[in-house]
Amino acid sequence: MPTKPEVEQGFPVRAPEPIGRTWMMRIGSLVLFMGRFFREVWRPPYEVRELVRQMDEAGSKSFVLTAAAGIAIGVVLAMQSRGTLARFGAEAVLPNMLALSVFKEIGPVITSLVLAGRLGAGMAAEIGSMRVTEQIDALEVAALKPFHYLVIPRVLACMVMFPILTTWTNMIALAGGYVESVISANMDFRLFWNSAFSSLRFADLLVDTFKTSVFGFLVGIVSCYLGYTVRGGTREVGQAAMQAVVLSSLLILLADVIIVRLSLFLFGGL
Amino acid sequence: MAGAHAWAVSLRAVYKRFGVREVLRGVTLDVVPGQSVVIMGSSGSGKSVLLKHLVRLLLPDQGEVWVLGQRVDQLEGEALDRLRLSIGYLFQSGALFDSMSVYENLDFLLERHTTLSRAERRDRILETLNWVGLRHTATQYPAELSGGQRKRIALARAIILEPKLLLYDEPTTGLDPASVRAVAELIVRLRDERGITSVTITHDLLCAEIIADHVHFLHEGRILLSGTFEALRRADHPALRNFFGS
Repeated sequence: MPTKPEVEQGFPVRAPEPIGRTWMMRIGSLVLFMGRFFREVWRPPYEVRELVRQMDEAGSKSFVLTAAAGIAIGVVLAMQSRGTLARFGAEAVLPNMLALSVFKEIGPVITSLVLAGRLGAGMAAEIGSMRVTEQIDALEVAALKPFHYLVIPRVLACMVMFPILTTWTNMIALAGGYVESVISANMDFRLFWNSAFSSLRFADLLVDTFKTSVFGFLVGIVSCYLGYTVRGGTREVGQAAMQAVVLSSLLILLADVIIVRLSLFLFGGL
Repeated sequence: MAGAHAWAVSLRAVYKRFGVREVLRGVTLDVVPGQSVVIMGSSGSGKSVLLKHLVRLLLPDQGEVWVLGQRVDQLEGEALDRLRLSIGYLFQSGALFDSMSVYENLDFLLERHTTLSRAERRDRILETLNWVGLRHTATQYPAELSGGQRKRIALARAIILEPKLLLYDEPTTGLDPASVRAVAELIVRLRDERGITSVTITHDLLCAEIIADHVHFLHEGRILLSGTFEALRRADHPALRNFFGS
């Protein structure tokens, strides 16, 4: 029996199903879509030019947004923690606390959530509108493998760019914390940065930065899936964009809990 | 009767159902190579579904689909890709890639499926745009074109790889009579000058009258009647009388 054509994969046209069953089918369909990604990613054609374009789209256009998030995180965290630490005479550990909080948890999660909002909605809407205007069918009948051209580069771009943007956001957040410390406590430059990095282990940096690659995968695959399987018109495309943000944000939070638990098990806590 | 592989297109007892809705109920038809065949029928009669089977955008639940001597519903991978490259498909909406200019829409296919140099690709694109009378739109984006222009660019994209078979899905829907005539005349020229076989689905009587060598009328998922356009127009059947408005 031949495999189903593109247009019949995902959601076939069918009679309405009960809501619970529909959701179960969607989850099953998403899992199959992920399976297809891992099967197809190794096979040609390799859309390198499209991958670079998507990395640029996802990355360079998000630097300002993530920098703004980073500054806010650093400054606010430093302002709020200073008073509490001062009460216990522990103001000197502020840089350590700031670095640990930012690198281990706040930076990766906030950056990924911000990117889920910016990229997830865009990817679902772009691919969804290509689906409803038959552009994906046009790629298919021209033997251009739409899954390779549209889905794989976007997911890979997210997996590569999320850790890079997270590292960028983390550094900006620490810089924000430093600026706050200079203004509030006239902290010495070398003391702040030495103190901040002395508390970080290589394993922390590695696991906590690269877990965002998993978040990037989730944002990319969920958003592409929702766009790729849209049926209907502009209303459904809008819904897919909204669902992409909601679902990828929820999956980021869920994956974070699982990865933190795993990393504590593998590398131990501080 | 010739075997299915002898026809340019041959459908044998094709059935297709979506959920509870049975769209095709045993469609059988053959297309002679070099002919311009039109499949007519009212909205919702399954015309677009039928056409999508010819490029394996849909699979039949039952029956056989033969195109250019190959059984499409059993083709996979590279064999399917090779067959698809011998078929041009004009979508109802045009389906032009809206993030690309007209030139890029055409070059996208040539760059990926041919070994032509950049200069040779450029010549082929400009020649094709010239043929559809829209060379001046090369740098424009699909959103900047009129409905008729979009259809003609979509036609240019469909023929850029020099296919043996052209499939037209409602090529003149939403166009004014002058644009209908312009698109229909291009379709006729493709048959006469290049000998390309074509299958067109339409409910546009003017277009069908201009381009059809042979017409099949699809009604309630089956071919109700086949013949020349005039023969169908004069046929004494309520569905046909209703369709032709006589």
